[in-house]
Amino acid sequence: MFRIYCPYCGELREEEEFHPKGPAHLARPADPDNCTDEQWGDFLYFRDNPRGLHNELWVHALGCRKFFNVTRDTQTYLIKGSYRLGESPDQARTSGDQA
Amino acid sequence: MQRYSGFGLLRHAMSHHENWQRVWRNPKPKKHYDVIIVGGGGHGLATAYYLAKVHNITNVAVIEKGYLGGGNTARNTTIVRSNYLWDESALLYEHAMKLWEGLSQDLNYNVMFSQRGVLNLGHTLQDMRDIQRRVNANRLNGIDSVALDTQGVQEIVPIMDCTTSRRYPILGASWQPRAGVARHDAVAWGYARAADALGVDLIQQCEVTDILTEDGAATGVMTKEYGAIKGGRIGCVVAGNSGVLAKMAGFRLPIESHPLQALVSEPIRPILDTVVMSNQVHGYISQSDKGDLVIGAGIDGYNGYGQRGSYSTIEHTLQAIVELFPIFSRVRMNRQWGGIVDTTPDACPIISETPVENLFFNCGWGTGGFKATPGSGHVFAQTLAKGKASELAKPFSMFRFHTGALVDEHGAAGVAH
Repeated sequence: MFRIYCPYCGELREEEEFHPKGPAHLARPADPDNCTDEQWGDFLYFRDNPRGLHNELWVHALGCRKFFNVTRDTQTYLIKGSYRLGESPDQARTSGDQA
Repeated sequence: MQRYSGFGLLRHAMSHHENWQRVWRNPKPKKHYDVIIVGGGGHGLATAYYLAKVHNITNVAVIEKGYLGGGNTARNTTIVRSNYLWDESALLYEHAMKLWEGLSQDLNYNVMFSQRGVLNLGHTLQDMRDIQRRVNANRLNGIDSVALDTQGVQEIVPIMDCTTSRRYPILGASWQPRAGVARHDAVAWGYARAADALGVDLIQQCEVTDILTEDGAATGVMTKEYGAIKGGRIGCVVAGNSGVLAKMAGFRLPIESHPLQALVSEPIRPILDTVVMSNQVHGYISQSDKGDLVIGAGIDGYNGYGQRGSYSTIEHTLQAIVELFPIFSRVRMNRQWGGIVDTTPDACPIISETPVENLFFNCGWGTGGFKATPGSGHVFAQTLAKGKASELAKPFSMFRFHTGALVDEHGAAGVAH
């Protein structure tokens, strides 16, 4: 059971308030019409699926309903911290934001 | 291999059962094998067995980092069925079902395959339309499948609450009488024993740390315990860890690893003699021969390799079971565990060639791999023997995620396994 920090509410909350939404930082191809099938398939379906640190997208579904990123270890399940969209993983934190 | 028989049992009784032979050898690995199979679960062991038996390739090693059948083979809810919607998957799972039906005799090992039938419940009109469609598709593919109404379901499972006042009333179900359950450990042990008897080396406690390649072709594996082991062809059957092995070989898979939890209750007297599954309230349940209720449901939504999940998922699972069976509301749960399942976007497996020559993957079975164990092994053995995907495996190439030819079982059967 996780306690996840929401960087918009500025609080640690129970996992059940959140939904995981897959890996973070998946960049949509800039020019989809000119993608090859390989490039488009890679974007849609192929994943790094790492064992270890993983940046992933979560949504505070039963809270502020905002999307943000979490850095979490997929082996130990330890959460390093959360950061807002547009920020970088090294800004992951578990406190310090104002709601 | 000493054959097991009633007479053998009697003979060993004379010596107080103290002289049974070891079930398999524990050999040191050779320097070179014709085929190396990474992963000693049910699918890997079945692959080794069929390679030796059907294709006469016996210079085979199965390399397992833990112990045989210690991963998802020992962590699933043992349900076996083949009532899938699309032709490609129906044929694959039905192939497995036919092998299940003769498996105990074939392996000379009792896998306790019990064809007690599986119900897939429908709770909405759309569920019932989907069930009707799937049942018809099954029958066209020669798979036994029947659509039942509420009355028909109630007759098969009298203890289930089929009253219309429920929040999710049971409007009917699909019913596959040939489906059922099997003893999961016995499947791994049976295949291991039979494969070993045909000369396959089962190497336990040996972790693969790298895939060796030369000029874009796989030539062997590097192991932590025994160093390099060379192989003509390499087959990876490592379920949740497939992504890790693919990374060693330098490519990615359309797979994400998730925890899938299951639990068993305290043993109770025989009360449920079939398997009940529901996609809509999302849970499945059967009763083992030991008497405990075997219960499972959905994956934890986040990626994970930790073989455990969150408590809230267990809570949802049991909510679903109590919704169907209020009679079980006070049964106490005994044990709970998690396995790491390798889910694909279309909920269908990958049995495939890869970008690396002589390297093959059998993975992506997600939440429903156990039922396919014999078929998966049989088909993958043929793929490894011929060096290219066999007829049944062809639709399950990893490259379907580039061409777009997905086998979309997700809506049809991919939810509850």
